[in-house]
Amino acid sequence: MAKTKSLKQERSLLIPYLVLTIASIVSVFPFIWTFIASTHTNTEIFQISKAFVPGTNFFNNYRSLMSFSNIWRNLYNSLYISLLYTLLVCLIDAMAGYAFAKYNFKGRDIVFFICVCSMFIPQQVTLVPLFIQLSAMNLISNPWAVILPALSNIFGVFLMRQNFVAFPNEMIEASRIDGANDFLIFFRIAVPTVKPAFASLAILSFVQQWGNYLWPLIVLNTKESFTIPLVLALMRAGGTIVDYGAIMVGAVIALLPVLIFFLLFQRNFIEGIMSGAVKG
Amino acid sequence: MSRLKGKTSKGIIPWIFLAPFLIIFVTFMAYPSIYSIVISFTKYRAGEFSYAGLSNFKYVLNDPTFRKAIANTFFILIFQVPIQTLLAVILANFLNIKRLKALGLFRMFVFMPVLIDTVSYSVAFSLFFSNSSGGFVNSIIGLFGFEPLQWTNVGILSKIIIITAVTWRWTGYNTVIILGGLQNISADLYEAASIDGATKVKQFFEITIPGVKPVLLFSVVISVTGILQLFTEPNLITKGGPVNETLTIVQYLYNTGFVAFNYGVASAGAYILAIMIAILTYIQLKVTKED
Repeated sequence: MAKTKSLKQERSLLIPYLVLTIASIVSVFPFIWTFIASTHTNTEIFQISKAFVPGTNFFNNYRSLMSFSNIWRNLYNSLYISLLYTLLVCLIDAMAGYAFAKYNFKGRDIVFFICVCSMFIPQQVTLVPLFIQLSAMNLISNPWAVILPALSNIFGVFLMRQNFVAFPNEMIEASRIDGANDFLIFFRIAVPTVKPAFASLAILSFVQQWGNYLWPLIVLNTKESFTIPLVLALMRAGGTIVDYGAIMVGAVIALLPVLIFFLLFQRNFIEGIMSGAVKG
Repeated sequence: MSRLKGKTSKGIIPWIFLAPFLIIFVTFMAYPSIYSIVISFTKYRAGEFSYAGLSNFKYVLNDPTFRKAIANTFFILIFQVPIQTLLAVILANFLNIKRLKALGLFRMFVFMPVLIDTVSYSVAFSLFFSNSSGGFVNSIIGLFGFEPLQWTNVGILSKIIIITAVTWRWTGYNTVIILGGLQNISADLYEAASIDGATKVKQFFEITIPGVKPVLLFSVVISVTGILQLFTEPNLITKGGPVNETLTIVQYLYNTGFVAFNYGVASAGAYILAIMIAILTYIQLKVTKED
């Protein structure tokens, strides 16, 4: 009796296994294919027989990519923008979130309300005025033109506020009595208690900025200032003959940092998103 | 005395914490949002803005290309979001079966597509769906005896490429969000229900669905908003073609603002998009609140 039941249970797991396996293959295949395609010539990329075996054209593709743009320079731009943005967004949003969560001050609720409302304004509304503004500030083709507007990340403030709310007021009071000032309390005591929130905000911000396309396309106008996605998009858009092999080498270079980052912090990545949504 | 001093300094301290964010927020969000309204009522010519009344709004609302872009975007929306949500709910439920082995691995694989940058995956998908008979998808349908399709030359097929690409990228992300909701449901509820003799199906509709509703709502709202802001995929995979068949609202805004430099019309169009997003979000919140 018990045996037939467990057999039945095993059989009922067949469909979940099957579906999850197919979903995994479909999800991962384009990644593998990107690596494989980067080793093929432009004609081989269009042959399905070559889709599963690596070719020998990687270095030619790389050379052709480099003759289009110095991809290491572009990689540097991508890293510079994404890392600096991530660092600043964590700092700024944590400070703001802490103020909203732990202080009672005049105007707090109205300021918070305005911030939350502006979450519903799509980025596209500010495209034209921001472009005019940044041109006037002489920041076109400067990495800060990408970083500064993105720092207005209300989602992050919201996430941090939610996490700081649980930080006990008694701890703040006690530290004050011990003579610690508010900034010391924030950096030394409060911040370490919300490390997981920092991890998820950092990861989300990095990945989002890494793949950012529309806004950099508008404000970065020289090849020297381009991030990797812009180079790849420009190669794809250009001329009648598109060198897909070279684009795929660029795609691999764009993919590697995120992939390494992900494999190292896989758990924080996924759990950060799970908890972020539940709390938000 | 010292108490009083403590109080006054406390009045300033929260503003110091807020200052960096508020300065950025006002300069790069609040101010341009308002400035954008001003621009939408002006005409921009040779570096000068002049008052233009409602003409930009009239122009954009009567522009057949803008209407086409709205129709395309909504076409993609009504197919993509339900398909993706259904897939995500199924996958999340399977990933929540604790008896399965290698759950962490499955979860990781399914989540991975969100990591790839939009440009790289758009190029990859444009190659999968290439029109040549040796193209990936054409080869697969060839195995079943179908003729190769002219993917980017037929409107409906181009839309299918976009829908497939976006679904590939975002299903895993939404699966993880929904899985978070599922894992927040207390196991006691299911135990109590099965003691009361409730079937699995009944449990699904009476415990699971209400339990994940907030998270599901969140997932649908961000998906709808995301589709309304769709840009990279049509821009790179189909270039909006064939003949504007996959032109989206944001592509229209980009072309108007930064190719034709028609700032007023682009700003007016952006506000119309903002209003659409606000209305749709409101409807979704309202509909799910009722029952």
